[in-house]
Amino acid sequence: MNDTTKLADYVTFTTADQMFGLPIERVQDVFKPTRITRVPLAGAEIAGVLNLRGRIVTAIELRCRLGLGARDDGRAAMAIGIESRGESFGLLVDAIGEVLKLPDSEREANPINLDRNLGRVAAGVYRLDGHLLVVLDIDRVLDLSAAAAAA
Amino acid sequence: MDDLLREFLSETNESLNLVDAELVRFEQEPNNGNILGNIFRLVHTIKGTCGFLGLSRLEALAHAAETLMGKFRDGMPVTTEAVTVVLSTIDRIKTILDEIEAQQQEPTGSDGDLIDHLGCLTRQENATPQPAPPAAPKKLDKSDKVVAERADEERSEPLANHSIRVNVDTLDYLMTTVSELVLTRNQLLEIVRQHEDSDFKVPLQRLSNVTAELQEGVMKTRMQPIGNAWQKLPRVVRDLCAELGKDIELEMHGADTELDRQVLDLVKDPFTHLVRNCADHGIESPAQRLAAGKTRKGTIRLSAWHQGGHIIIEIADNGRGLDIAGIQAKAVEKGLASEAELAAKSEAEICNFIFTPGFSTAAKVTSISGRGVGMDVVRSNIEQIGGTVDLKSVSGVGTTFTIKIPLTLAIVSALIVEAGGERFAIPQLSVLELVRAGNNGEHRIERIKDAPVLRLRNKLLPLIRLDEVLRLGECDRENGFVVVTQVGNQVFGAVVDGVFHTEEIVIKPMSSKLRHIPVFSGTTILGDGSVIMIIDPNGVAQALGRAATAAQADKPDLTSREEDSDADTVSLLLFRAGSQQPKAVPLALVTRLEEIDCRKIEISDGRHLVQYRDQLMPLVRVNTETNLKKEGAQPILVFSDRGRSMGLVVDEIIDIVEERLDIEVASEHPGLLGYAVIKGATTEIIDVGHFLPQAFEDWFRRRDLSMARLSRTVLLVDDSAFFRDLLTPLIKAAGYRVVAVASAADALAALKSDTRFDLIVTDIEMPEMDGFGFAEAVRAMSDTAAIPIIALSAMVSAEAIERGRAVGFHDYVAKFDRTGLIAAIKEQSAGLDRAA
Repeated sequence: MNDTTKLADYVTFTTADQMFGLPIERVQDVFKPTRITRVPLAGAEIAGVLNLRGRIVTAIELRCRLGLGARDDGRAAMAIGIESRGESFGLLVDAIGEVLKLPDSEREANPINLDRNLGRVAAGVYRLDGHLLVVLDIDRVLDLSAAAAAA
Repeated sequence: MDDLLREFLSETNESLNLVDAELVRFEQEPNNGNILGNIFRLVHTIKGTCGFLGLSRLEALAHAAETLMGKFRDGMPVTTEAVTVVLSTIDRIKTILDEIEAQQQEPTGSDGDLIDHLGCLTRQENATPQPAPPAAPKKLDKSDKVVAERADEERSEPLANHSIRVNVDTLDYLMTTVSELVLTRNQLLEIVRQHEDSDFKVPLQRLSNVTAELQEGVMKTRMQPIGNAWQKLPRVVRDLCAELGKDIELEMHGADTELDRQVLDLVKDPFTHLVRNCADHGIESPAQRLAAGKTRKGTIRLSAWHQGGHIIIEIADNGRGLDIAGIQAKAVEKGLASEAELAAKSEAEICNFIFTPGFSTAAKVTSISGRGVGMDVVRSNIEQIGGTVDLKSVSGVGTTFTIKIPLTLAIVSALIVEAGGERFAIPQLSVLELVRAGNNGEHRIERIKDAPVLRLRNKLLPLIRLDEVLRLGECDRENGFVVVTQVGNQVFGAVVDGVFHTEEIVIKPMSSKLRHIPVFSGTTILGDGSVIMIIDPNGVAQALGRAATAAQADKPDLTSREEDSDADTVSLLLFRAGSQQPKAVPLALVTRLEEIDCRKIEISDGRHLVQYRDQLMPLVRVNTETNLKKEGAQPILVFSDRGRSMGLVVDEIIDIVEERLDIEVASEHPGLLGYAVIKGATTEIIDVGHFLPQAFEDWFRRRDLSMARLSRTVLLVDDSAFFRDLLTPLIKAAGYRVVAVASAADALAALKSDTRFDLIVTDIEMPEMDGFGFAEAVRAMSDTAAIPIIALSAMVSAEAIERGRAVGFHDYVAKFDRTGLIAAIKEQSAGLDRAA
């Protein structure tokens, strides 16, 4: 198998009208978050903590993480469950899309004029029919200290 | 992985750790056949199993080691060289085992070097015994050897009779399941609580009890003796001795003290690090020790015991103690503190610098320690599991680290409270009591400027609103519950909006994204399935300290921790009376703050009186300009002593501040000690002693003032005029004659004069000669050697008390502890009466 035919599965989702994708092997599950307990004194991107089948999940609001402003439409968010270094995280997004199989070779580097907040966590862009899909580097999304340092 | 292989690996690793420890013992007691038998048996088992599993490299190594050990058993003299080679062989075996675990097959490679060496030593049997190599400072005098709790008989028997091997994962899984069961039980209890007469009540009670028993049982299975974490240490110390040319004895006490496996794992590394530190920095070389008049051999003592819900572990050495001057120099060099700041710190505070990241005083970086990493990691590891680490160092005598850690991390009892619309858990361990506070109730939250306080049994309890700490927005500021909390010596009240109940909560570690928030120590899932945050009382106490210093917000907050504990600051009550200029009085002298309805103030014989607590309390004005209010509430400061109270009339109470008190301009004006700059404003410091006789003319003369006591004379030594003026009337009030002097030199002169002193009360921190030096000088003079000395200090630390005892202080009283001082004086003079 050569590189041009190598495919990767991406879980896609939208937030603030932008489509994103995460490599499927990094996604644990997708769930509707309920009863999020907010955590006083935590950063804006921490939506709170919640109980997902006996595990405590830290919910991270992707909008805030990307500097896209707070969720204002009052619509319930969806969450993408992610495991990182033995901890559970839930990435709050607007809506979950389908799983796409995309060839590695078609992934393009971040455009140079990409929003800086986005550029820091993006690992490339796919040109799809009618819209663009930004691939997220989840480890950089979860590295909140870098976000704080950059702010 | 093959089950058989897995079992072999875990069993062998365990055996090897034992062999490690046993060998070190054996080296010290070469004639102990029991130990040798043990080692021989363990190595033999390893060899046999390796052969069975076809692990030829391991088998060859074990065989060579066994042969050498067989020679020991046959009477060949044990040399350090031989033991070192056997230990290296064990290390090699461990390395190979690790690789087997990773790759599931024996790695290729040659162990010819070790096998040859072992063989060579084995063949030396009949050769002339080698003189001990110079790197082996082992000596044979066992007379001073105190090896604690080593029951050889116990060890020689295999222990495995009544136990089975259980995979740790199984236990952890069991623990998680029980945790979930506890949560479900709580959930059911919650439901039944809402239905008073439910049929479920009785069976649920039973379920609840069984769950509790099960929980306890499972916790027990997770308990391990702390000795397991110490197993490696004898070897560590032995290797260090060889490397550094030191002679160190490692004592272990209380190795069977049990604690949770999870906690144990987390403290293993800190232990090793502390012991290495003691061996490397603490214990001197044999030559230095002999020169200092100590035994050649240094001792590191590990002890562990239970105390309440905690386990206390002490790591003590009898070495040189911490190099205070070195730490100070390093702190300045690293920009952690200025010289002036250091001068104001106690030794204990200076010692604490070693826990700062990147701090190392070792002049040369050795392979053992001094790499500038470590002590900060030790502290953060221990604090992460809710523990504390303290250190005490006495120059030339040794250093002691005291570690206090909770027995288990898994389940604790917690109080569920509500603040700002959210629920939080406060661990019961730190909660002293609950007080309901409200406008109508007995307890009212009062405010001194912005600082809320509560009167609780004649004391002012500083309060902090939990919703304010957590920035949850404004709520009812007058009503609520006060959770009286103790952190170390600090007692404060955390105000919450509601208190629900106590619940056994299962502590889940904090998300790494939230760990930087100091007021939370973890998260938990409640009976109803919701997640709540667990409050860390330490963090709240810090926030309380910050609130007190928030007024000086222009200062960077980085040092708040140090500032909070700064021994030289004094709580001052600021108020206005008669003029706009602020006045201040030490808060410790004030019994209460009251507001009295003006209509209740009576005038009798030209004096103002008020009925207060079924007594008539005279009111005294600070100055003639202060007028009593005609209507409304009149603020007063109440000073009480032996059942009598006096009210000092003021216009307005401004604030309570923590400040260093330096009286810059003394005053001749009666009732005024002088002026100090407080919060940037010139402030008059009030002399309370002046007003007391105005209320009761006989304040200083009344009651049981026996002639004997009046004839007693106290010498008061303090460089601060403020304290001299403050304490003189107090001691006089207790019925003693007082001679107050400003320095140790003056005091020594006074002692040499004709006046006979019965008792000395001295400050510790004084320029030129401090209290310790003064006490030594007093002890050195034959006339005065017997006079009891009471030390007075703002810094009452364990190490200062110890030093005080050594120089001959009879008692030690905190500077603002009036009652304590008088009690100490009485006690010491009672001693004089008995002696007379």
